[in-house]
Amino acid sequence: MAESKITPKVIPGELAVQGVSKSYGAIHFRKEVVHDCSFTIERAKLTVMVGPSGCGKSTLIRLLAGFEQPSAGTVTLDGAPITGPDRDRLVLFQETALFPWMTTWDNILYGPRARGQLTKEALEFGEFLLVKVGLQDFRDKYPGQLSGGMQRRAELARAMINNPKVMILDEPFRGLDAMTKELMWEYYSRLYEENRRTNFFVTTDIDEAVFLADRVLVMSNIPTQVRAVIDVDLPRPRKLSDLVESDRANDIKKQALSILHAEAMRSFSRGSKAAADFVEAYLKRASRA
Amino acid sequence: MKKMLSNPALWRGVVSIAVFLVLWEIGARSKQWMAPEFFAPFKEFLGAMGFKKDYLPWIGAVPAPSAVLDSWTAVFVDASYWQSWYMSFFRVMSGFIAAMLIGIPFGLSLAMSRVAHGIGFPVFEVLRPIPPLAWVPASIIFWPTQETAIAFITFLGAFYTIVINVLGGARSIDVRYFQAARSMGSSRWDIFRRVILPGTLPSIVVGSAVGMGITWEVVVAAEMISGGGSQIGGTRGGGLGFFIWLSYVGGSYEQIVVGMISIGIAGFVSSELLRWGGRYATPWLKAR
Repeated sequence: MAESKITPKVIPGELAVQGVSKSYGAIHFRKEVVHDCSFTIERAKLTVMVGPSGCGKSTLIRLLAGFEQPSAGTVTLDGAPITGPDRDRLVLFQETALFPWMTTWDNILYGPRARGQLTKEALEFGEFLLVKVGLQDFRDKYPGQLSGGMQRRAELARAMINNPKVMILDEPFRGLDAMTKELMWEYYSRLYEENRRTNFFVTTDIDEAVFLADRVLVMSNIPTQVRAVIDVDLPRPRKLSDLVESDRANDIKKQALSILHAEAMRSFSRGSKAAADFVEAYLKRASRA
Repeated sequence: MKKMLSNPALWRGVVSIAVFLVLWEIGARSKQWMAPEFFAPFKEFLGAMGFKKDYLPWIGAVPAPSAVLDSWTAVFVDASYWQSWYMSFFRVMSGFIAAMLIGIPFGLSLAMSRVAHGIGFPVFEVLRPIPPLAWVPASIIFWPTQETAIAFITFLGAFYTIVINVLGGARSIDVRYFQAARSMGSSRWDIFRRVILPGTLPSIVVGSAVGMGITWEVVVAAEMISGGGSQIGGTRGGGLGFFIWLSYVGGSYEQIVVGMISIGIAGFVSSELLRWGGRYATPWLKAR
């Protein structure tokens, strides 16, 4: 097959977070964002992390990517501690981080060019990815001329050309319109099913999480910890239309939602007695039902 | 061309300039049919209110555009007029290019290195509020020739704006670009060349455009004050600023206006050149 000749062999990695804490601020004003958090992002699986907004997910991503170091605990890739950013853990950010001054093609080739590895194979692979993300007609356009969905796809190509061991995606489809978003879900999950890299996907959207994930990590509020791990045993390849009718999918969704709801209420009520009473009442009623 | 002629914006511009010229002509010619005594009652009234009687400006004292045009055609064939153009352009360009050559690297190093910022910025910030024209006497004393003194003052005019814009532009580059570049294996030099430099380019263009405007303001004033570098050119070729000054001293009011309009055109041409260069350097901005 032509594809396997062009595509370099994918070596998926496994990320492990063990007893990690991260706090910010000076001694007397320290705020612990992540507290004693442990989880693994399993090899060749798509792990999705959901949590209420502002719960410290982005902090965890900065730790995994190596932009920051944890205050305590260890973050390891295949057993080796993470000391800094590296091409084996690439991040897709919430908003596009394509370089506005480079065309789509130059953006995609950024990694190989930066490392001085602009070989014939790299160019072929870049060409292959350009077609794969459907941007062959936008090769010489600047990011400002692309739609939101196209930008995300160009960014996926720019990451994949580096053949990372883990792909980290921080709410990548946030801000896209509903239609584009659903198209991107199907597109992205197809991409994952094809090459089975280790993927770590962060979102606040339950539907997104259940549709994409092999495993869902449900997070608590600040300080961030894993509240629950749910295995999503829905068959692949998945289609959005199947998911709407699937009872299993709905069960998983409900399960995750009830945990998230309780978490959201807790953060909502922090500092307010009345709201705390309300949450207590809600939790009592939930346990009776 | 046909498209340009049918563009309403072009015609609005033409009408605007034509109306302005006609009003100016009428106003300037009012001295032919309107004696200064015409204003006597009004002046009495002003005097009664406690103002000085000759406080009122009168457009009749201004040369008419037709007279200016006459004077212009006269100097148009005069080599010293073109020598003035050349001198001013030369001074503006040498000061401006020096400001770019020194200002851009200086601004970038302030933005990139905490040490450079700590050492360089305080001095810069103390010197920055001093208007370039306040430097005229000191720089005439300091620089061996008047020519270098004027070039230095024009340099100052553009330098501060360029540095401030470069510094601000480089600092406002989103941290995600650096994170992405580092993750993909960029070296420091590579990040500088392919992230910081292009990321700062739009600010460099803006800073240069503003700096160019200031340069023209400064060069004209510097030429007037310094006597137009008379050591080299004598009364010929002291620059457009000195051309105006000389016309004023010589009592040729039409020529003053010729000089003013010439500077307007010169400033417009250099800004336009800069805009064109800027568009060429930042193709991704117009592509939006």
